[in-house]
Amino acid sequence: MSRASTTKLSPAKKDVDGRDKPGHDGGHWLPIALIPLATADTVPRAQNPLARPILPMDELPAHMRPERSFQGFILALQRFWAEQGCVILQPYDMEMGAGTFHPATTLRALGPKPWRAAYVQPSRRPKDGRYGENPNRLQHYYQYQVIMKPSPPNLQELYLKSLAAIGIDSSLHDIRFVEDDWESPTLGAWGLGWECWCDGMEVSQFTYFQQVAGVECAPVAGELTYGLERLACYLQGVDRIMDLNFNGREGADKVTYGDVFLQAEQEYSRHNFEHSDSEMLFKQFVMAEEACKKYLAAGWKSGSNQKEHLMALPAYDQCIKASHVFNLLDARGVISVTERQSYIGRVRELAKACGDAWVHTEAGRAS
Amino acid sequence: MPDLLLELFSEEIPARMQAKAADDLRRMVTDKLVAEGLVYEGAKAFVTPRRLALTVHGIPARQPDLKTERKGPKIGAPDAAVQGFLKATGLNSLDEAKIQRDPKGDFYIALLEKPGRAAIDVIAEILPVIVRTFPWPKSMRWGERSAKSGALTWVRPLHSIIATFGPETEDPEVVKFSIDGIDAGQTTFGHRFLAPAAISVRRFEDYEAKLKAAKVVLDPQARKDIILADAKQLAFAQGYELLEDQVLLDEVSGLVEWPVVLMGSFDQEFLSIPGEVIRATIRNNQKCFVVSAPKTGKLTNKFILTANIEATDGGKAIIAGNERVIRARLSDAKFFYESDLKTKLEERLPKFENIVFHEKLGTQGERIKRIERLAAEIAPLVGADVEKTKRAAHLAKADLLTEVVGEFPELQGLMGKYYALAQGEDASVAAASEEHYKPQGPADRVPTDRLSVAVALADKLDTLVGFWAIDEKPTGSKDPYALRRAALGVIRLIVENTIRLPILKAAKSAILGLPEKGAKYPAADAQKLPGDLLSFFADRLKVQLRDQGARHDLVDAVFALGGQDDLLMVVRRVEALGKFLDTDDGKNLLAGTKRASNILSIEEKKDKRSFDGAPDVSLYKLDEEKALAKAIDQVKSEAGAAVAKEDFAAAMSAMAKLRPAVDAFFDKVKVNDDEPNVRENRLKLLNEIRAATRAVADFSKIEG
Repeated sequence: MSRASTTKLSPAKKDVDGRDKPGHDGGHWLPIALIPLATADTVPRAQNPLARPILPMDELPAHMRPERSFQGFILALQRFWAEQGCVILQPYDMEMGAGTFHPATTLRALGPKPWRAAYVQPSRRPKDGRYGENPNRLQHYYQYQVIMKPSPPNLQELYLKSLAAIGIDSSLHDIRFVEDDWESPTLGAWGLGWECWCDGMEVSQFTYFQQVAGVECAPVAGELTYGLERLACYLQGVDRIMDLNFNGREGADKVTYGDVFLQAEQEYSRHNFEHSDSEMLFKQFVMAEEACKKYLAAGWKSGSNQKEHLMALPAYDQCIKASHVFNLLDARGVISVTERQSYIGRVRELAKACGDAWVHTEAGRAS
Repeated sequence: MPDLLLELFSEEIPARMQAKAADDLRRMVTDKLVAEGLVYEGAKAFVTPRRLALTVHGIPARQPDLKTERKGPKIGAPDAAVQGFLKATGLNSLDEAKIQRDPKGDFYIALLEKPGRAAIDVIAEILPVIVRTFPWPKSMRWGERSAKSGALTWVRPLHSIIATFGPETEDPEVVKFSIDGIDAGQTTFGHRFLAPAAISVRRFEDYEAKLKAAKVVLDPQARKDIILADAKQLAFAQGYELLEDQVLLDEVSGLVEWPVVLMGSFDQEFLSIPGEVIRATIRNNQKCFVVSAPKTGKLTNKFILTANIEATDGGKAIIAGNERVIRARLSDAKFFYESDLKTKLEERLPKFENIVFHEKLGTQGERIKRIERLAAEIAPLVGADVEKTKRAAHLAKADLLTEVVGEFPELQGLMGKYYALAQGEDASVAAASEEHYKPQGPADRVPTDRLSVAVALADKLDTLVGFWAIDEKPTGSKDPYALRRAALGVIRLIVENTIRLPILKAAKSAILGLPEKGAKYPAADAQKLPGDLLSFFADRLKVQLRDQGARHDLVDAVFALGGQDDLLMVVRRVEALGKFLDTDDGKNLLAGTKRASNILSIEEKKDKRSFDGAPDVSLYKLDEEKALAKAIDQVKSEAGAAVAKEDFAAAMSAMAKLRPAVDAFFDKVKVNDDEPNVRENRLKLLNEIRAATRAVADFSKIEG
């Protein structure tokens, strides 16, 4: 492919912090100065982080900088959202298709209690596996998820600041909010918002939840989802996810995304498309569905004059499980078009019942 | 007179909703003003991604005073009635009332004067209601207030409102109102990135100018003009031509407040993909324009994007970013295209067995087989090779399962053509993939290749008969399966290609193709359905003729003859009839025939019988009768012969000969003769006029 059009735009990367000189790694180059180059700035400018809400990147060692290191990029987001008062959670310990399934979003979006959280969620989409051969498609990838309830009036500004924090300068880059209405038939959820574009590339989803698990959101929560690999490719100027520099090191110390995940993509693609045990999965679906209903039924506290539920979270785990098992079956091609709708409907019924239980728990209700 | 300035400043409004929203805002506000007696001079609405704005000028400062009279009790009425009257009207005593006399006596009349209110107060009441009831296609709640019921909803979070009112010469006042915590004021904000600071404005001129200084082009048309002119200029400067695209231009202008047009390029190697695929990729996914070489009209490896900022590096980073995305997108498209080419179209067909076309009408696979069968039957009627037609119908839908069409559904058919050509199919067979979907609407081209015509007719007839059979006919404005379009398509295919296709027979045959030969569906009655469908065609034909400005009442006159299921002949008859009725002979003959018909129907009613059968020559008493009888005989045979030859113009000329005899007959002959047998004979003669004209149409169904 021609690089003529982009190489001339690529300024020589300067040694900005005087601590680490990155070698040119042959195939990879920065297409553009994503980060405003500091002018011989080696002195930390701000001691007080509150005085400079935007991450002082020029203080970071090169291998931690968001445009050189996948992990550095994630840490920059974590730090930014921590500064906005979010609790920084760790990924949920179950397989799921998107960060929205995490109970910290699905369930916490319900009920009147304020909630602000951010986390990375490994996301599995068995059908998207391509044996590691497609440059942009994976069956396992990371989403960065931010949820703020109620949605703050300056959520768009916060989002734009988060882009600045990872080095996307809005005076150089064309950032746009393009209509995208979000709907999850499996979660019984919908919201309005946008895809956020940076120079024509969709880098995030921005949604004001209106309904989740069949329950009206009151108040409405704002949700941001960053596709981490795609954004990192953009920041690092690489065309293939597998080529991402994971740890920001160079030479012998460098670990790429492919070093970490290529084998997994190959193995899981084989599993998802050719070998997953459909018979067992069909059973698992039914087991999860039944368990979910059983836990929901058992969770209602009796003898109290106020309706109360005591096991919404374990029940919801089974709903997550059913959803993932369905995705596996779907990838395996053993679910027909008409059955597909009915499976989605069954998962939605579980999600709705869990939502109904949740709003009768301590964290989900008014008082 | 004072002007109103209104701005509703929000987060990004979807591009596709903007134009209608501006229109709705103008309509709702001005309708309300007029309803309140505030007749304005002019109004214009504007919209950008972040704001809806309206200026209304020349509004009176006050509503006109309203004078009304209210009738009270009679003089001397009981006190309770008087007190009630005083209370209702607000009069202090009867001294303030007028007395009016009417036939029933003297009554008290209260003259009520309702002083007009200040316009600004009226507007302050109108605007919150309009904001609360604004008809967005979808609206939402947000923020803390969304927890409460009755929270404001808007298309996206609404941040501020400007509402000022006042005459040109003075500083306008803020219209004071508040909606769900947002107070109307006179502050707005400039471009999100280029000039985000707050701006204080007074009136429209000031507002528009200050926005422009703050990098916001308020008028969507102005943004479109800028984008189009700059895009053309950029393309021209490099020796290319912009591929204009109004729909894309509308959308793009709704995504920016400060359009900055830039040109990028992609690798030449992608030009090996069909141009339509490149265009769909760049247009649908990236909202960019493509450019072509002026001589060949072929796409070049350039694209034009519209950014929303003046970047500090002149746009280099933006171009580079867009190029990266477009490169990735085109790589995908190229991969899809090339992998599609690896599978032959017919190898895709088994998969259609698992794809439901319609719950009640079976799978796509079954439908393809039905179309194949029907197309083969139609082929000889349109002069198409039967085997080739079968092949074309067999492959016509196969591209629906290709990757490229999966990605860009609007390329269905076209991709089938490319793939068919690539696998060495006959050119006409390949073309039918694309052309059998045509015509898509009244303005779309009608295919002429006989193969395409046969498959197109079969496709549309199968659709029509299928949905008729399951009773899913269009109703009112609802036509989810585009059946009206399909019927119009059939009409145009037949008429523009001069095809003789008996619709009733074709419909019966299509029923036999349905699952279980149509027996499954009560509505698929082979006797009834084709007739119903035929009258649907008649309606479509009328609509089409009306849209073309032609007489459409003649369609009924022709269909009333019965058995008219050859649409080409129907149209020919209608055309000839239309021309004939434009002449004096035609008009007079129509009048004469109508007169004959009217007399007949009156007498038929009176006698409770019809006057069929040949008149008795021996009963003719007058020359005019004999002349008419002779003329009828002559016209019948001449017109009959002409109709047999399908020469409707000649049939009409023959018919014209009837006119002098008819005129003379009515002039001199009294139909209702005193002798019953003469009367009967004359009525039979009148019936013969009607019968003679029925060679072309039922004249009684013609208007006028």
